[in-house]
Amino acid sequence: MTTLPFPFRGETLHALPTGALFWPARALLCVSDLHLGKSERVARRGGTLLPPYETIETLDRLGQDIAAMRPATVICLGDSFDDLRAAQALGEPLKARLTSLMAGRRWVWIAGNHDPGPLDLAGSHLAQYDDGPLVFRHIAEAGAIGEISGHYHPKARITLRGRSISRRCILRDDTRLILPAYGAYTGGMFCDRPELAGLMAREAEAILLAAPPIRLPMPR
Amino acid sequence: MTRALPPQITGWFDSRGWSIHPHQQDMLARADAPCQLLIAPTGGGKTMAGFLPTLAELADGKHKGLHTLYVSPLKALATDIKRNLTGPITEMGLPIRVEDRTGDTSAHTKRRQRADPPHILLTTPESLALMVSFEDAHRTFAGLSRIIVDEIHALAESKRGDQLMLALSRLSSLAPGLRRVGLSATVEDPDAIARILARHPDPCEILLADPGPDPDIAMLTTEAPPPWSGGGGRYAIPAVLAEIRKHRTTLIFHNTRAQAELFFHHLWLANDDQLPIGIHHGALAREQRERVEQAMVDGRLRAIVCTGSLDLGIDWGDVDLVIQIGAPKNVKRLVQRIGRANHRYNAPSKALIVPANRFEVIECTAALEAVRAHALDGDTDHTGPLDVLCQHILIRACAGPFHADDLFNEVRSAGAFADLPRETFDRCLDFAATGGYALRAYDQWQRLIQRPDGQWQLRDPRRAARIRMNIGTIVDADKMQVRFQKSRGGAPLGEVEEYFAAMLRKGDTFLIGGQIVRFEGMRELVIEVSRTPHLKPKIATFMGTKFATSTQLSDRILEMFRHTDWPALPQHTRDWLALQRKLSRLPERDRLLVESFPHDGREHVVAYGFAGRNAQQTLGLLITKRMEELGLNPMGFVATDYATLIWGLDAPGDPTTLFSRDNLIETMTAWLADNAVMKRTFKASALIAGLIERNQPGAARKTGRQATFSTDILYDTLRKYDPDHIMLAITRAEAMRGLVDFGRIEGMLARIGDRIDHMRLPRVSPLAAPLFLEPGRVPIAGMADQRLLEAEAARLMATAGLDAVIT
Repeated sequence: MTTLPFPFRGETLHALPTGALFWPARALLCVSDLHLGKSERVARRGGTLLPPYETIETLDRLGQDIAAMRPATVICLGDSFDDLRAAQALGEPLKARLTSLMAGRRWVWIAGNHDPGPLDLAGSHLAQYDDGPLVFRHIAEAGAIGEISGHYHPKARITLRGRSISRRCILRDDTRLILPAYGAYTGGMFCDRPELAGLMAREAEAILLAAPPIRLPMPR
Repeated sequence: MTRALPPQITGWFDSRGWSIHPHQQDMLARADAPCQLLIAPTGGGKTMAGFLPTLAELADGKHKGLHTLYVSPLKALATDIKRNLTGPITEMGLPIRVEDRTGDTSAHTKRRQRADPPHILLTTPESLALMVSFEDAHRTFAGLSRIIVDEIHALAESKRGDQLMLALSRLSSLAPGLRRVGLSATVEDPDAIARILARHPDPCEILLADPGPDPDIAMLTTEAPPPWSGGGGRYAIPAVLAEIRKHRTTLIFHNTRAQAELFFHHLWLANDDQLPIGIHHGALAREQRERVEQAMVDGRLRAIVCTGSLDLGIDWGDVDLVIQIGAPKNVKRLVQRIGRANHRYNAPSKALIVPANRFEVIECTAALEAVRAHALDGDTDHTGPLDVLCQHILIRACAGPFHADDLFNEVRSAGAFADLPRETFDRCLDFAATGGYALRAYDQWQRLIQRPDGQWQLRDPRRAARIRMNIGTIVDADKMQVRFQKSRGGAPLGEVEEYFAAMLRKGDTFLIGGQIVRFEGMRELVIEVSRTPHLKPKIATFMGTKFATSTQLSDRILEMFRHTDWPALPQHTRDWLALQRKLSRLPERDRLLVESFPHDGREHVVAYGFAGRNAQQTLGLLITKRMEELGLNPMGFVATDYATLIWGLDAPGDPTTLFSRDNLIETMTAWLADNAVMKRTFKASALIAGLIERNQPGAARKTGRQATFSTDILYDTLRKYDPDHIMLAITRAEAMRGLVDFGRIEGMLARIGDRIDHMRLPRVSPLAAPLFLEPGRVPIAGMADQRLLEAEAARLMATAGLDAVIT
């Protein structure tokens, strides 16, 4: 797999083309905002009947990343389910698929704003996860150091010869990383919006998802 | 049978010294026919012919409730007809109430109209679809006796027309005995329109009015030759102003809104006499449009710069000249636009065509020949599109429970759906009900459910509000309102597309409603602007519809190329074609000319297919895909109505194999599934069919659009997990006849066979040169893309010195 290694708080991390983050020193794979069960939730709330395939698509994608990186630990950084009922409504085949991904490794569910309560699933359910110089939580906190979070679904726009290309991206500065949404049916927020621009330091970078991912100054 | 007109009406005609036109008499005589189609030139008293039977039937004041429904493609037309109908009705002293109902009508009035409809209601296809969706539709339409569809030629080949005809199928069930009347401008094939209008299999009577004298039409000659490229016609402004001065009222038609805005702006800069000139197009705020319309009615304007929003039969003021800027692309539309001038029966209309660039000189000449030869463009066969049917099923469900069999029979009574197979209908019904997925995931949350008695109904009646909010078949890019800042009165100016709004930075200037404004900020979903003294705006405000040149015009142009000289063309254009013949060759109808040459450090290939913009665009996508596979690193292409220009890093060697029919068809099949055109088509159809919603209750969209995701993802997901899904079938069918237009490519390939002429040239050919100035270049997101992206990122990082900072 074509990953992009980059330094962060003295550690070397890898950006994957899918938006996952890999930490070789701990064999740790981190993904954020899977939003499993989104189509079910939209339909339940009287919205349209979207193609009900985003959960299997997201799990397939995750399965490929796990097969490639062979992590000992997987951290799902919150909003793993579109809501708690969506987690319960997950059908048997999908539950089995998820269980097979979890088998033989440590699995951490971080609570997100969409899935704040404990899930009826194996694995550890935590508000945040600390490991060495790094802390994993769903929403970035002011003043945090070595923080890896999700929530905002960052994406970046870059103009190439008069044409605008927009891609999901990892935002990175000295103290924090913000991961893009990993789920199939997830939108994005441009990183020049105040919510994101305000969180990141002046010299922040955007790592655009591509094969391999591409580093550039965070567009503002 | 001759029907006697009531004395109030004959008296009114007599008091004016007017007599009834023969075709008006005919319409009246056969008013009992279930379906009538009147083909008459503009200004032929068409509208009166349509309404006369209604006035006669209502004259005794005995009819209660709605009698006649009038549908026009334009809001403005409905308003205009109301004005033109109310006058005579009042003067005749007839006890008839006339009202209009469009998107601009107040909610209060709309509610009242459902409970207490007027005798004559004037509306649009979308407003009618909405009315049909209400639970009380059967009461509103109970006594409905006639429906008049105006400008049916403009609706016949569009999804708006399909939606209208489905609504009519419903009305015919609600009001048995409903008579249908179509009013059409001159068309090539009246039978095709009659087939769409009539309730299948009812017959439709066709009445042809006297077409009137031939128009007086010419190309506007200017001192300076037209530029090599561009569509604005700015070079002709002094000549256009001179014509405005010579006439009472001039209509100046443009093919796109952006061009109309630009032209209007420059017209004013050159308007030293301060002639009163207005602008009118569909993206302007209603207040703006109404002001111009009123000024026009009052005869206060000497000219109006306009687009298709004035295409249709609005009868305003005393227009004595029509100027068409840019090649008309389609002879029928040109003839109808010309008809706007001299709105009096039996007087020739006067029109001038202004070619916007050098190639359009040829196109305009061909169009003039076609008009003189009375050759209009033929209509293509029209079968009802399934996305519109899916929406209709939802609309039907809003009005109350229904049996599938009844609805199926009703739908098949619409001409365009007459051959709809039951199986296809059932798939559409299943889509509306369950989403139609192979994975039956939504048992619990279905949109429609079947009751024990077999009828279908909405699972949750609250859903009707959402469905109604999304009625319509016009899929525009998302629009944002433009207003002056609150501190400056907050007057609305119009709307721009969201992608354009996203590009704006504070201080940017752009044109709207003929003014240059400065972008100040965004407040909720409104763009706030201020006036600015700047003279040069940042342009490209919005896209307009781009029409492809009709097959007939393309053929006429190729026919012209066979001549040894072209005395009908201006000298500069003759010289240009002669030079092309000397340095390369001219394209021929039964051959394909391919040129290749180096230019500016890149390799270029031009194919002169003359297949129309959409097909040439598809050709560009196919050829570049093929080149990508061959490792030729294509970087992009641009397509016009007559040619496709491709550029890339490497020369293609012998391009004839690239263009071979087998190669192209094979590439087509593989390519069709995965390209931007398909995704765009999918999005449009998904919106119409109700797979995704444009409007949601409690509207406020989440800031930053974090919640929304691109429909491209849905398309990819469906292809991967549910390749037989009906939305994909709809998308393919739509793309083949719409944006992809593969039909015309196949026609071209069949015509040329293996007769491909490759000219390897040392430099750009005369005919290819203008292509370099064409806007709308399509980049190829292939390997060249990742290479450029990496290079750009490296450059940015180095510039910012970032690699050194973060460790």
